[in-house]
Amino acid sequence: MEKNVVLTMRGISMTFPGVKALDNVDFTLRKGEIHALMGENGAGKSTLIKCLTGINAFESGEIHVDGISGPVVNHSTLDAQKKGISTVYQEVNLCPNLSVAENLFIGREPKTRIGTIDWKTMTKKSQKIMKDLSIDIDVTQNLENYSLAIQQMIAIARAVDMESKVLILDEPTSSLDDNEVEKLFVLMRRLRAQGVGIIFVTHFLEQVYAVCDRITVLRNGQLVGEYPIEELPRVKLVAAMMGKDFDDLAAIKTEDKTDYSKAPLYIEAKGLSHKGTIKPFDFEIHKGEVVGLTGLLGSGRTELARVLYGADKTQSGTMKVNGKEVKINAPIEAMNLGMGLLPDDRKAEGIIQDLSVRENIILALQAKRGVFKLLPMSKQIEIADKYIELLQIKTASRETLIKQLSGGNQQKVILGRWLATDPEFLILDEPTRGIDVGTKTEIQKLVLKLAKEGKSIIFISSEIEEMLRTCSRMAVLRDGQKVGEITEDLTQQHVMAEIAGGGSK
Amino acid sequence: MKKKSRNSNTVLLFITIALFVVMYAVGCIVYKDKGFTHLQTFLNILINNSGLLCVACGMTCVMLTGGIDISVGSLIALDCMLLAVGMEQVGIHPVLMCLIVLAIGILFGAVQGFFVGYLGIQPFIVTMAGMFFARGMTAVISTAQLSINKATFFVNMANIKLEVPFGIGAYTNRKGKLQVPYIRLHVVIALLVLLVIFLVLRYTKFGRNLYAVGGNEVSAAMMGLNVKKTKMQAYILASFLCSIGGICYCMNAMAASVTQATGFEMDAIASSVIGGTLLTGGVGNVIGSFFGVLITGTISTLVKTNGKLLSSWSSIAVAALLCFFIVLQSVFALMKKRAK
Repeated sequence: MEKNVVLTMRGISMTFPGVKALDNVDFTLRKGEIHALMGENGAGKSTLIKCLTGINAFESGEIHVDGISGPVVNHSTLDAQKKGISTVYQEVNLCPNLSVAENLFIGREPKTRIGTIDWKTMTKKSQKIMKDLSIDIDVTQNLENYSLAIQQMIAIARAVDMESKVLILDEPTSSLDDNEVEKLFVLMRRLRAQGVGIIFVTHFLEQVYAVCDRITVLRNGQLVGEYPIEELPRVKLVAAMMGKDFDDLAAIKTEDKTDYSKAPLYIEAKGLSHKGTIKPFDFEIHKGEVVGLTGLLGSGRTELARVLYGADKTQSGTMKVNGKEVKINAPIEAMNLGMGLLPDDRKAEGIIQDLSVRENIILALQAKRGVFKLLPMSKQIEIADKYIELLQIKTASRETLIKQLSGGNQQKVILGRWLATDPEFLILDEPTRGIDVGTKTEIQKLVLKLAKEGKSIIFISSEIEEMLRTCSRMAVLRDGQKVGEITEDLTQQHVMAEIAGGGSK
Repeated sequence: MKKKSRNSNTVLLFITIALFVVMYAVGCIVYKDKGFTHLQTFLNILINNSGLLCVACGMTCVMLTGGIDISVGSLIALDCMLLAVGMEQVGIHPVLMCLIVLAIGILFGAVQGFFVGYLGIQPFIVTMAGMFFARGMTAVISTAQLSINKATFFVNMANIKLEVPFGIGAYTNRKGKLQVPYIRLHVVIALLVLLVIFLVLRYTKFGRNLYAVGGNEVSAAMMGLNVKKTKMQAYILASFLCSIGGICYCMNAMAASVTQATGFEMDAIASSVIGGTLLTGGVGNVIGSFFGVLITGTISTLVKTNGKLLSSWSSIAVAALLCFFIVLQSVFALMKKRAK
C-alpha cells in the first residue's frame, strides 16, 4: 500500500435485486484528509459505505486498511470498528433510553478492578468529551431528553472517541443548524490534523467546499472520478454528478411578479395554536400561491404546518377553508378538504417500509376514497407509473418494496402519493432534504407548476436559496411563534435578518 | 455539574412504591383486628411469593430486550414435578436434583433464546411453544398429585425458620404463646436473586446491553453490540431464574401436579409492568418488579383477610392496577414527546 493511504477499495461490485448498485468502484482515502463522497440519490454512496462497514456484503473487489495485511472483509459494524473504521449515520443510531454517557461508552465501558462498570469514570470521561465539543449538557440524563442535533453530535463524539483511523460521516448534517454544522467542521478539522481519514457524504455543496480536500464522484453505481477540490468547481461537480451539462438552478426562478392578494383566499386561519409547540398565529394563503415557512430548526415551522393540517389539534382560533369555517380534528378531515402534508420525518411518518412503490403511491388516494371503494388495479398501475415517470423515481419496478429504494427516491414516492390525491393545498415539509441537486430542481419546478394550476402550497425548507426560488411570500418563525411575513425584498440577506430577529428589524 | 433531575422512569418507580405503601397502610387500618399489622403478615407475602419474585426478575430481563417469556408457569410445574419424582420416587439426592433442575432451565432457555435471537422468531410464539412443551412434559412424567415428604434433606431445608432477631415484631398470641416473626430459606434465595440481578443490570456489560437492545435494536447493532447473543443470554437467564423460582415455589408448596402454577407467567408479567417495565423494552428495573410482586401479593392477602370476598376479586384488582399503570406509562411517554 502507498504511504499515507489508510484505506483503499478496489473494484467493488454488488447487486441488489434488479439493480446493479455498485459496478467496479475504486476509492482511496489518505491520512489526514477529508474526502467527500458525492453522487445523486441511488448513485451508490450509501451502498459503498455499507460494503465498507460490513452491513452489505460485496460480491467482488478488495478492501485494504492501513496496518492490516491482506484484504479486509468486515462482517459487521463491530468488525469494522475493531479495524478502526467508525461510522456516523444520517439517522441517529443511539439508544434513546440510555444516558448520554452510556451512549458514548456502551460496548467499551470503563471497568473497575472487579470487572463491573465504572460509572464514575464513565461520567467523568463523558463530561470531558462533551466539554471539548463545547456542548453543555448533563451526561447522566437519558439521550431522549435532548434534541436531534445534540444526539447527532453525541453520535459523532462516540465515533471520534473510538480512536479510529477512518471516520465515515454519512450525511451527518441534515439535522443540524448552521451553528452546529460549524462546530462539527471544527471537530473535523481537528481530527484531520490528527491524521484521521474522514469520508464525508453530504448533499450540501457548500459544506463540501467548506471542509473537504478531495472529492470522489459516483454515478449510477459507477466511479466518475476522484478530484482534488481545487480542480472541481461547483458547476463541474454538479455536472459530474448528473452526467450532463447543468442547467443553472437560478433559471427556474420566475421573474413575473404575480400579485396574489387579489386571488381568492384558500385558507384563512386566525389565532390557531397548539400548546407547547406553537403560539397563536394568523395565516392566510391564496389560490395558486407558494408560501414559505422559514426559521431556524425547531422554530415551529413543522409545528405550524401540523396544526393547519390537523395532525396536532388546535386549541384556539378559527380556520376558514374556501371561505367556509371548518374545524379539523384529524388529518383525514384535512385530506377530505383537499389538503395534503408531506412530513419531514419520512422514516417515521411517511413511508410504509413493507409495501411496494405502487402501494405507497396510491395509499393516500385510497384512504381518501375509503376502504370499501378499492381502486381498480389497472388504475393503480396507471397512477403509479405516471408518478414514477413524472418524478423520475429510480426503482427496479413499480412492485419493488419501498425500503429497497434510496432515501431520496423514497421521498419522491411520498411526494407522488400526495400529488395522486390531486390536492388543492399541499404542505411540503423539507421535500428536498437528502435529495440530490438534479431532483431538487425538478421538485422546485414541479412546485411552481402546481401553483400555476391554482394549487396553494406551503413550502418548508432549511435552504433559503431554494425558498427564494419558489416562494412568493415567506412567513418567519422564531421560538414557536410566527414573528412576521416577508412579501417584498425577498433576498437572502433580508430573510436571514428576519430569522435572526433582534436589532436588525 | 447541574443538579441531577429525575426522569419519568424514576417517577414511575416512586409511584409504584408509594402505591404499595398506601395499600399496605390501608390494609393495616381496615384489618387491624385481623392481624394485618403483624410483621408476619408482610413476611408471609414474601414467603408465598418467593418463586414469583425470581420469575419476575427473569421476566424483567427479557422484557427489557423488548421480548416476553410466557413459558415460565409451565417450566415451574415441570421443575416441581421433576423435584417431586426425582427425590421421592427415584431417590436422587435433593442437592443433585436441584442442580439437574437448574441445568434443565439453562438448556430450556438456550433453546428458546436461540430461536428468538439467532432465528429471529417472535418471542411470543417461541415461548408459547416452550409453554406447551413444558406443561406436556410435566404430564408425561406424572399426572398424579404428588407431595414431597420423604426427601428429608429437602423437607428440612424447606422447614427452616429464620426468625427475625432482637424480637422485632414479636407478639403474644391469644393462647399466650410468644410468636416470633420468621422467613423461610427460599425467601433468602429469592432476595439474593433480586440483589444479584439488580447489580447485574446496573453494573455489568450484559445488563446494559439488555437496555440498549430494548432501546433500539438497530442502533445497538450499529454501536457494535452483539444483539443476537444478548437476546439469547436474556432468555437463558430468564429460564435459569425461573428454575430457581421453581425450586423456591416447590419449597413453599411441597407438592407437584400438572396444573401447578397455571397462569404464573401472567402474574410475573403483571408484576413487571406494575413495577414500571415497558413491554416495548428498554425501560424497567427489578426493584420495580419487586414492588410489583409485593403489590400483587398484598392484594391477594387483603382479599383473603377480608374472608367474605371471592378470591377472584384479587384478579380484578390486579387488572385495574395494570390498566392504571399502562395508562400512566403512556401519559408519561406523551409528556416526554410534548416536552421536546
